[in-house]
Amino acid sequence: MELKDKLLSSFMVFEDRVHDQSKDLNDIRNAAIKTFEQKGFPTKKDEDWKYTSLNALLKHDYSISPQQETAVEFKDVKKFFIHDIDTYKIVFIDGKYSSFLSETTHDGIDVCLMSSALNKPKYKIIIDSYYNKAAKSDHSLTSLNTAFASEGAYIHIPKNKVVEKPIQIVHFSTGNEASLLLQPRNLIVVDENSHVQIIERHQSLTSNVVLTNSVTEIFANKRAIVDYYKIQNDNQQASLIDNTYISQKQSSHASVHTFSFGGKLIRNNLQFFQKGEHIDSTMKGITIIGNKQHVDHNTLVHHIEPNCESHQDYKGIFADRSTGVFNGKVVVEKEAQKTNAFQANNNILVDDKATINTKPQLEIFADDVKCSHGCTIGQLDKDALFYLRSRGIPTKEAKALLTYAFANNVLESVKINSIKTRINKLIAQKLGVNLGFDL
Amino acid sequence: MLHVKNLHASVEDKAILKGINLEVKAGEVHAIMGPNGSGKSTLSSVIAGKEEYEVTDGEIFLNGENIEELSAEERAHEGVFLSFQYPVEIPGVSVTNFVKTAINETRKAKGEDEMPASAMLKKIREKAELLEIDRKFLSRSLNEGFSGGEKKRNEIFQMAMLEPKLAILDETDSGLDIDALRIVANGVNKLRSEDNAVIVITHYQRLLEYIVPDFVHVLHNGKIVKSGTKELALELEEKGYDWIKQEATV
Repeated sequence: MELKDKLLSSFMVFEDRVHDQSKDLNDIRNAAIKTFEQKGFPTKKDEDWKYTSLNALLKHDYSISPQQETAVEFKDVKKFFIHDIDTYKIVFIDGKYSSFLSETTHDGIDVCLMSSALNKPKYKIIIDSYYNKAAKSDHSLTSLNTAFASEGAYIHIPKNKVVEKPIQIVHFSTGNEASLLLQPRNLIVVDENSHVQIIERHQSLTSNVVLTNSVTEIFANKRAIVDYYKIQNDNQQASLIDNTYISQKQSSHASVHTFSFGGKLIRNNLQFFQKGEHIDSTMKGITIIGNKQHVDHNTLVHHIEPNCESHQDYKGIFADRSTGVFNGKVVVEKEAQKTNAFQANNNILVDDKATINTKPQLEIFADDVKCSHGCTIGQLDKDALFYLRSRGIPTKEAKALLTYAFANNVLESVKINSIKTRINKLIAQKLGVNLGFDL
Repeated sequence: MLHVKNLHASVEDKAILKGINLEVKAGEVHAIMGPNGSGKSTLSSVIAGKEEYEVTDGEIFLNGENIEELSAEERAHEGVFLSFQYPVEIPGVSVTNFVKTAINETRKAKGEDEMPASAMLKKIREKAELLEIDRKFLSRSLNEGFSGGEKKRNEIFQMAMLEPKLAILDETDSGLDIDALRIVANGVNKLRSEDNAVIVITHYQRLLEYIVPDFVHVLHNGKIVKSGTKELALELEEKGYDWIKQEATV
C-alpha cells in the first residue's frame, strides 16, 4: 500500500484511539487529514520541492504508531544531551514520553507534554488561543502532522519570567521497528517580557530507517526573547522534515540557529511572521555534509508591520556527492515601511560532485525599506590553504581550519557557551580532524 | 643550506623564473631586490612549495636534499618558513591556537610528542615579548582586523615560534612604519644564528639598514642579473633599477 493510503486508513483507527476530549481539536484533525488527502506528499513538481525529492523516503513501510515501549539508559545517550549545564529536559523514545530521562516543571512555568496540554482542562485557554494558529493549514506535511499530533513538548512561559535553565527537547528512536514514522508536535508560548532558550535534537540510536515529520509552533509575545537551537546530526538512515512556525508580537526577538551535520535527508521549513512593530527575527545555520546527504533550508520571513528587522545567514559546506538547497523568501508588505531585511547564503563546494541550489526570493511591496541579499558558491581559497600549509599544517587540517573560519561568524550569536563548544566539537568531528584545541 | 640550481618556473604556462642560481649558507643573510614583476615573490613561493607554480627545469636543494617532491607542509617540517606579504585572515582561530597547531603538527610529522602546555606557554610569552606583542593580541583571531604592521609582526612572531632553518621574508617591510620596522627587524636579528639563514625580499634599501645582508642579489626578468655585498643595495637606492635593466639587456 502507498504510504499516503496507509496513513489515511490509519487515521480512522487513530482517531478512535486518541479519543479527543475537545470537539475543536477533533475538528482540527479532520480538517487537516482532508488537506493531506487532497494535497498528498509534495513532489518535485511543487516549486518549493524542486530540488528535494521525498520519493525514496516514501517507499518504506513505516510503523506509524508503535505501542511497544523501550527503555534507554541515560549513560548510553548522555552524549546527545548538552550535559555540562543544568537544563530542563523533555525526552521522547520512539515518540513516547520518557519520564525517566526527562526533567520537566510546573514551577511558575510549564515545561511538559503536549499530550497533557491537549487533554487537560487547565491548558485549554492556551491551547484554544495558540494551538495550530501559526502552523500553515494549507501545507500538506504540516497538515499530516496536525492530523496525527498527540505528543511533543508543551512549553508555556508566563509573563516577566527569565528562564535561566535552557530547555532540551530530545527525540530518540531505538530501532525497534524496521522503519518508523514520527510526528512530534511542539507548542511554545512565551508571554510578555519573558525569555527562554530551547535546544532541539532528533537522534536515532540504530541504523534502522526513521522519518520524522515535526511541527513546532512558537509564539513570542510583546518584548519576549526566544532563542532556539536545532542540532541536526543524526545517522545515515534518519531523515527529518522540520516545520517550524514563529509568530512574533511587538518588540519581540526570536532567533533560530540550525546546525545540520548529519542525517540522510533534512528539510527545514522555517517561517517567521512579524505581527507588530520593532520585531527582530534571526535565522542562522551551518550545514556541513558529505556522502550522499541532502539538506534543504526553506525559509520565509513575512514582514507585515513597519520598523522590523530580519537577519538571515546560512553557511554551507558540501563534500562528496552531497546536495544542498537554500530557498529564502522575504516578503515585505506594503504597510511594512522601514523594514531592514538581510539575507546571506554562502557555500563552499569541497568536491566536484557536490551540489548546491540557492535561490533568494524577495517580494517587496513597501518603498522605504532596506533589503539586501547575497549568495555565493565557491571553493576553499588556494592561497589561504598554502599559507596554512607553509606553517607545517597538513592539508586536511588546513582545510578544516579554513572551513571553520568560513562558518565561524554564525556561532557569534549563539548565547549558550556549552552549545558553542559542542558545535565546535561536532564541526571538528565532521571534518575528521583533531587540532589539539577546541576551535 | 639552500642551493637553487638553474631554476625555471612558470604559472599557467607563463615562464616567470628563467634560470635562477643561488646558494645560501647557514649563518648568512641574503637580500633579493628587483623591480615589480621580476619574479621575487614567485621565487619565494616556489621554494616554499606552492603548487600553482610549475618547476619546468632546475633543482632546489635544502641541506643537500632535493625538495622537489616535498609538499608545502613537508618543506615547513624540514625548516622552511615563508613570511607572507599578505597573510590570510582566519576568523575564529586565535593566534595562540594557530601557532600551537603549527608547532605540534611539525612535531607530529617528526615523530615527536606534542610540546607540553607549560613549555608552549613559556615560549609564547618569551617570543611575544621579543616582538613587543601584548597578551590580548594573542587571543585575537589570526590576522582578522590586524593592521598591516600587526600582520607583519605576527608573521615574525610565528617565525620566532617555529624556529625555521631557512626563513624567507617576502616584502616584510611593506606597509610598516618606522617603529614597526624596527621591532620586526630587531626580532629577525635576535633570531639569527650560525645554524639558520635568512632571505630578505624587498624593494627598498630601508629594511637592509636594520637587517644587514651578507649578499645582495638583483632579480630582473626571472634571472639574477647582479650580485654583490650590501653596498649594491645602496647603489640601487641611489640609481634605481634602470641601469641594471640596461646592463642586463646588453
